[in-house]
Amino acid sequence: MAAGQMTVWQLLALEPPGWGGALLAGAVTTVAISASAYAIGLGIGLFGAIGKLSGHRPAAVILKLYTATIRAVPELILIVGLYYAGTDGLNRLLAAFGLPPVEVNGFFAAVAVLGFVQGAYMTEVLRGAILAIPAGQIEAARAFGMSPFLRFRRVTLPALLPNALPGLANLWMSVTKDSALVAVVGYQELALTTRLAGANTKQYFLFFLAAAVLYLAITLVSNLVFRQLERRVRRGQRVTA
Amino acid sequence: MHFDWLQKYWPLLLDGAFQTVALLVISVGLGFILAIGLAFAQVSGGPILRGSARGYCTLFRGTPLLIQLWLLYYGVGSFLPLVPGLRQSFLWPLLREGFVFAAVSFTLNYAAYEAEVLRGALLSVPKGELEAGRALGMSPFTLIRRIWLPRAVRIALPTIAGEVVLQLKATPLAFTVTVMDLYAVAYKVRQDTLLVYEPLLVVTLFYVALTAVITRAFGVVEAQVPIRR
Repeated sequence: MAAGQMTVWQLLALEPPGWGGALLAGAVTTVAISASAYAIGLGIGLFGAIGKLSGHRPAAVILKLYTATIRAVPELILIVGLYYAGTDGLNRLLAAFGLPPVEVNGFFAAVAVLGFVQGAYMTEVLRGAILAIPAGQIEAARAFGMSPFLRFRRVTLPALLPNALPGLANLWMSVTKDSALVAVVGYQELALTTRLAGANTKQYFLFFLAAAVLYLAITLVSNLVFRQLERRVRRGQRVTA
Repeated sequence: MHFDWLQKYWPLLLDGAFQTVALLVISVGLGFILAIGLAFAQVSGGPILRGSARGYCTLFRGTPLLIQLWLLYYGVGSFLPLVPGLRQSFLWPLLREGFVFAAVSFTLNYAAYEAEVLRGALLSVPKGELEAGRALGMSPFTLIRRIWLPRAVRIALPTIAGEVVLQLKATPLAFTVTVMDLYAVAYKVRQDTLLVYEPLLVVTLFYVALTAVITRAFGVVEAQVPIRR
């Protein structure tokens, strides 16, 4: 077999027949899926947290059901279940309007599913962070006659960020790793590309090690970014310990 | 919704539940022992020990469990036949099972997360209690066995409960290396009967029930040694 004679550097070369380029493309896809899902999760989480704290009874019950189920069920099952349920549901909806079924783009399905899962965790992180804001600050803003939106932008958001950032950083780390689960439903990001590379060349160890290095690089870079972010949102706070 | 397949598949489901629980118990049990070593290496080890323990935790917490599992199963697994004598040894039938690879990689992964939790807990044991133990002339090992570790575990107990649940939710990954766990049974039912949601729903109920059992069990353990608030 030709792969038998290839050296490590030839196997990892950027140009085919090396797999380095494909792996890097997979890593970019992984980051793109994670970032999009994270953004969606952040949106859901923000509305979820505000909804939970609004005191609106039916909204709170629905949101509680949402966060409790998502957080109780294994991610793999959620991703597989929602992946099929999502595409199936969309096609049924289209059929109801007399439209032909569509093949759902794997990228969008992956992002939607991961984002929906992230949203549940995000809701809890943001809810906790909002609750940790001293009530007097929000009352003061209210006393100044700020509209709810202005109050959120000027007081709640800047005050919740330092509280929420460690949790948000954790969630980013977990979404970059959970995005590997999308490989199981057949979308080609870093994990699946690696498996294909391994299957084609029989050099499983080398390629999984390379993928691990890429994931680790993503994690370490993210660590640095979040540390900078935390320093920024904590500016003006007293340094403890 | 059809559930008539349950009649035919419930023995398989029970087997799957057993495999899932076995994976959980093995990885949490062995991983915890490993984590104790890793945590102490970080808290009171020398520079080399501390550095390598920290490196281990970063490595295993920074990469997806799926990649670790596949690296072990496909990567390391492909080297095993090259080890001289291993093919003839009594270990060989074991080393062809996906279960062993899943158990090993889950254990290594759990240990990394648990070590971080324990490290924090070890550092938060009040210094006075350790000094009191030393003043009584306890050897370092006795001190760890009687005071430091039990106190740290008690402090970390709620977090450990959370980690165990997270570990339970990671076990379905074993199905990607041919383990017939709960999720794999759901997958098989889907292939046999073309039902997508029903088997997933049933399996989900199992996981939620297991989560409830774990939470309850830790609640009981926590109640044994109440913390004064």
